[in-house]
Amino acid sequence: MEHPYIPNSAPRVKAEMLAAVGAADIEEFYADIPESLRLRRPLDLPAPMRGEADLVRHVEGLLDRNTSTRDALSFLGGGSYAHHVPAVCDEVNSRSEFLTAYAGEPYEDHGRFQALWEYQGLMGELLEMDVVNVPTYDGFQAVATALRMAGRVTGRTRVALATPIDPALRSKLDDYLRGAMTIGGPLEGDDLAAVYTAYPTYLGVVDPKTPEYVAAAHAAGAVAVVGCDPIGLGVLAPPSSFGADIVCGDIQPLGIHPHFGGGHAGYIATRDEQRFVQEFPSRLFGIVPTAVEGEYGFGDVYYDRTSFALREEGKEWVGTAAALWGITAGVYLSLMGPAGMAELGEGLMARCRYLMDALASVPGIEVLDAGVPHLKEFAVRYTGKTAAEVDDALRDRGIHGGVVLSKTFPELGESALYCVTELHTQADLDRLAAELKEILA
Amino acid sequence: MSAHAPSGPVDPADAKVAPKPALRRYHAARWDESLIFEQSTPGQRGVLPPALDAGIAESVGDATASLPPALRRQKPPALPELGQQAVLRHYLRLSQENLGADLNIDVGQGTCTMKYSPKVNDQLIRSHKLARLHPGQHDDTTQGVLEILWRMEKMLAEISGMDRVTLQPGAGSAAIWTNVAMIRAYHASRGESHRDQVITTIFSHPSNAACAKTAGYEVITLYPDADGYPDLEALKAAVSDRTAALLITNPEDTGIFNPRIKEFVDVVHSVGGLACYDQANANGILGITRARDAGFDLCHFNLHKTFSTPHACGGPAAGACGVTGALAPFLPSPTVEFDGERYFLDHDRPESIGKVRPYTGVAPNIVRAYSWIMSLGAEGLREVAEIAVLNNNYLLTEMLKIPGVSAPYAKGKRRIEQVRYSWEELAGETGVHSEDIGLRAADYGVHYWTSHHPYLVPEPATLEPTESYSKADLDEYVAIMRAVAEEARTDPETVRTAPHRSSVHRNREAALDDPNVWAVTWRAYRRKVLDAS
Repeated sequence: MEHPYIPNSAPRVKAEMLAAVGAADIEEFYADIPESLRLRRPLDLPAPMRGEADLVRHVEGLLDRNTSTRDALSFLGGGSYAHHVPAVCDEVNSRSEFLTAYAGEPYEDHGRFQALWEYQGLMGELLEMDVVNVPTYDGFQAVATALRMAGRVTGRTRVALATPIDPALRSKLDDYLRGAMTIGGPLEGDDLAAVYTAYPTYLGVVDPKTPEYVAAAHAAGAVAVVGCDPIGLGVLAPPSSFGADIVCGDIQPLGIHPHFGGGHAGYIATRDEQRFVQEFPSRLFGIVPTAVEGEYGFGDVYYDRTSFALREEGKEWVGTAAALWGITAGVYLSLMGPAGMAELGEGLMARCRYLMDALASVPGIEVLDAGVPHLKEFAVRYTGKTAAEVDDALRDRGIHGGVVLSKTFPELGESALYCVTELHTQADLDRLAAELKEILA
Repeated sequence: MSAHAPSGPVDPADAKVAPKPALRRYHAARWDESLIFEQSTPGQRGVLPPALDAGIAESVGDATASLPPALRRQKPPALPELGQQAVLRHYLRLSQENLGADLNIDVGQGTCTMKYSPKVNDQLIRSHKLARLHPGQHDDTTQGVLEILWRMEKMLAEISGMDRVTLQPGAGSAAIWTNVAMIRAYHASRGESHRDQVITTIFSHPSNAACAKTAGYEVITLYPDADGYPDLEALKAAVSDRTAALLITNPEDTGIFNPRIKEFVDVVHSVGGLACYDQANANGILGITRARDAGFDLCHFNLHKTFSTPHACGGPAAGACGVTGALAPFLPSPTVEFDGERYFLDHDRPESIGKVRPYTGVAPNIVRAYSWIMSLGAEGLREVAEIAVLNNNYLLTEMLKIPGVSAPYAKGKRRIEQVRYSWEELAGETGVHSEDIGLRAADYGVHYWTSHHPYLVPEPATLEPTESYSKADLDEYVAIMRAVAEEARTDPETVRTAPHRSSVHRNREAALDDPNVWAVTWRAYRRKVLDAS
């Protein structure tokens, strides 16, 4: 079978190579596989698309059945965000040299080392912290690892949650911390390894008590871990400014499309203290001189703490994760600069407040925590209809409504989490309020 | 175009371009690029956020005024300030200083299956129908991608022989973690949490050992017997009622298929343990043999290896775990289901290990891998495996013609997908190490990797040609290896000080392990190095 992806499938080449290795046929290479383990029938798979154009038609036909956040006005957030992605972000991460590279040395892959070191540095400026990792898989993994780092730093085993967190994150933590740490209980006690604070919280609140949670951790001799959406840090104080020890979260909002959940990458940041640095499972790139004056080189800092170096004696484990999104977030922060991040944050807070005010005036909607600041998300309670009914009605009107919370936060009643981005215009926000008014009338 | 004065007739011999030399006179791009932090000019802007509608501004005023002072950023972040083209140019220069697989005969990163990632698949996933699809959308608005996830599960179930497959893990090591978590949940559900040991082999990926340890297991590592196979007698001695599972690869990094694999599985089953197959490198056995047929309970694939999705400088990737029906209740939540009319996410799974990642996985890579399979079909996958194995054995034959290199273990046996070579003889003769050979190979425009630690095979190199490379490509790679080995004898200093034609020269690495000067960020570098020197 000759195929464009398999050059040596050409019969003449195949014959020539078999002759070169002294094999009569390909079967000879599989001689070590016992007959009882051989699959002696073709795999039962769909018939292939012969031509590239056939494949495009097939896959596009499937994807066309999706209604994207470009097709319909969307107020979905809750952990994945459809912020604007600057063109240069997609241009850079589409570059074949970055897209297809893998585990090259700091020489032939100098570019990815520098780009990822710069990403670490750009995040370091945003967070005002000295150590930032090469991205882990996603924000969930970043939080989970940050908490286990806190457990190792303190030699203690309990994590207290200061704020509401994403129920899906809670599920991740239950799995990842199982057997090693427990979750819950008061923000005090000599068993306390960490206080975890989401900033903003899952319900969008910029909790004015956040510095108090950090202080409570320190009073108990625990590590203050703050999960932070970095998109707000042009206006929000970096958690390091009120004493956070480990800051972590997801960089998906920084120039990366949602990709139906494929756009995630996790960051973990600490001060430059050995007790923290030695607990990172992730790669940490560092900058060094080379044999030539004036040339920057890059390599792995303190490699002998990773599972690559030490197998099970390393810290947790490290593997292929989300490097390209790290490069992309670096491009984003380079483009945005300090002024861009400040304007973006101001714009998010303004749109969020405007929509909160607009929905508060809709009969049948109660805006929750309306009296405290929000960055870009807020929760509402419906009094006349179920959240699912409202969501269905919005969808009928071409709107992706907020994330329904009724099952995950039953204590909030029939509720939903609305998210704005900088892409929302006043007309978009007014339209949502008007549609909800009709739906709830 | 400049004008040329006529200079009379030219001898055809002077018009002829000489033949190419045997090896490329490659030189990497060398932009001598400064750091982006050094390129900042105050006031320059790279991109502007959308303007705020006047009506919003009038209505809410300064929304940030609601922040308590402690939570209001006082000092802008010291991000660099650059115009848009300057940012683009910086990153394009860095991209040019990155070899990447597309420009490379990338057979030197054995165990990582650096096959061609078809461009058409990259184009498909850039559609807003996927890129701008929010994973929290109602299922009614995501039927297309859910159908692809559902179909992909079915195809991987057929390829592995397993009953159910999850596509949630973010990459291979995350898939190993997912399998370990399911193993833990399975034993707990049967009241057998006393099983506190996991057995793996030294030639399996380090994450098998590391994930098991992270999940609380004691790790027992089997070493190869004299023939390079995992030691069956050692396994028999290691298993007990404390055994939770065996995590094993086949073929291992050596590329030798372990014909007694079923016996390994049976030994573990005989004490009530589970058998888990690390199929990160399944490329050579697609359609040839399946995890289920050897009795495995769990397995995992790396979609960025066998199934062609790009490696992206180290992710995003995608992992897939296959399990038997007995393990299916523990799969991560949600699963993708089909009721005959519509596809939907099932979150109601009380025994599930829960989330290993947000949402349902790395969708763009799942779509790419789906497209790759749909381009090949059953016959094509079989061809992938067969040509990958042919390429590997051809490369082995040609490599072994180079004096100084060997392929330890199982002399005379055929290999499956990759081979772990040893330059021990060359190193003994010349003092040039495997790492040096790799750095010199960069001067010829190819990548080369040694192996995972520890170096059980001395002076290791691991080559894996996949199905993607032509015979001419393989011949070129071997010619480079031959040339470098020859240089090691005739001019060892050149090899030991390589690279010479790369984007940068050899690092002075000591600072990377000294806490006083290591610098992971620009601010740390300013504080610890610039201000202190």
